[in-house]
Amino acid sequence: MYTLIKDTLLTQVRTLWLVFRKLFSKADTVEYPDVQPYMFPRWRGRIILSRDPDGEERCVACNLCAVACPVDCIALQKGEMEDGRWYPEFFRINFSRCIMCGFCEEACPTNAIQLTPDFEMAEYVRQDMVWEKEDLLISGTGKYHDYSFYNVAGKQIAGKDKGEALNESPPVDVRSLLP
Amino acid sequence: MSLEIGSGLTIGLILLTVIVVAALLITVERRLLGFWQERLGPNRVGWQGSLQVVADMVKIFTKEDWVPPFADRLSFVIAPAIIMSVILLSFAVVPFAPNIGVVDSNVGILFVLAMASLGAYSVMLGGLSSDNKYALLGSLRAAAQMVSYEVFMGISLLGVVALSGSFNLRVIVEAQAGGWYVIPQFIGFVIFLIAGVAESHRLPFDIPEAEQEICAGYHTEYSGMKFGMFFVGEYLGLVLVSSLITCLFFGGWLGPGFLPPIVWFGLKSMVFVAFFILLRAAIPRPRYDQLMSYGWLFLLPLSLINLLATGALILSSQ
Repeated sequence: MYTLIKDTLLTQVRTLWLVFRKLFSKADTVEYPDVQPYMFPRWRGRIILSRDPDGEERCVACNLCAVACPVDCIALQKGEMEDGRWYPEFFRINFSRCIMCGFCEEACPTNAIQLTPDFEMAEYVRQDMVWEKEDLLISGTGKYHDYSFYNVAGKQIAGKDKGEALNESPPVDVRSLLP
Repeated sequence: MSLEIGSGLTIGLILLTVIVVAALLITVERRLLGFWQERLGPNRVGWQGSLQVVADMVKIFTKEDWVPPFADRLSFVIAPAIIMSVILLSFAVVPFAPNIGVVDSNVGILFVLAMASLGAYSVMLGGLSSDNKYALLGSLRAAAQMVSYEVFMGISLLGVVALSGSFNLRVIVEAQAGGWYVIPQFIGFVIFLIAGVAESHRLPFDIPEAEQEICAGYHTEYSGMKFGMFFVGEYLGLVLVSSLITCLFFGGWLGPGFLPPIVWFGLKSMVFVAFFILLRAAIPRPRYDQLMSYGWLFLLPLSLINLLATGALILSSQ
């Protein structure tokens, strides 16, 4: 009998008391347009393209982000500079399709594409949801301040031959290894 | 004309106050629910959201007055009017203060119970005439729930009637000068509270209009001012049940003399209104068969035992 009363009546009274106490606790929500909520740095919001510490575009137009994208909202075209660097001739993200999954950021080998805590992405015209490279590029390095792809990669460009990258040993002359 | 029972001024003031309070409760409930759910609730329109009800009313008044072509027109239209009018009629016997009230009826409790029974017609007609399966399910549930909870709603009050020796709500209030009936009739009070929640189909007993199961239940097809009447009718029922609890168990207008009687009545009633909103915020909805078996197998025997014990105590003390 006691268990019955405890399980049916007293638990309900306890629930009432616990909920009533919430009257004196601070609200979890903020008055959004007036007060900006704190956005965590890892929040997956609007996508940007970052630059390396020298101010060059990080994107090497490898297309991995476009492949990883589950909704196919990324489109780009590879171009090549005279010094051998790859870069995107155009880079287009259709934010009306983007689902902010962050797969592009995970796929990116050069930390170029990054998601930011900006979530205010509404537009009046649908076409304004399509962002081109000049809209996406920011002037800073985003979340990774020291990383520069061509400094660590074995890719040969003008002014940096094979074997000159950080932590890279000079190329081995395979003929010298022959017996 | 002066403030006395049954004068035109009193009746008009009571009607106005009751409807305005019921409409304001929409805002109050949303704010309180917000606080209890750790959010802010509507606080934009007017000071602390106090004019939210005006915005809601403007919206509801300017909506199209729509009767679905498949609905039974007459009963569809009169159903919301029934619930508003029976609950407003019930307020006629409520003693607000010694000199404020509509009638001094010597069958006050019976009148309230009769009006509550008539309220079942409103939800039944509304659901049946909508020609909608959700509305039909909702009105089925509402009819069964109201009929079964009315039984021991009446029985739970008989203890109070036996103690005070009258059906007149004014006599009952005055009989509590020596002590509120909540103490000798605590079980009756709890049963009346539960039955009152079920009668006004508020959460947790809002099974006739359970949104998650059957859309909005019996008022699924209603919109505009007809829906508004159901909506305000629900809050009117809330105020009615609260003021009845105040009259029957908590001494009505009686209280220390530094506040006028009507203020005591209003304060006590508002405490119960807030408690009903707390119930909504805290308690989940039971299943339909749980509700019915809880009523018939637990509350009905309990109220009968309470009545028998009260009768025996009164007889033995004579």
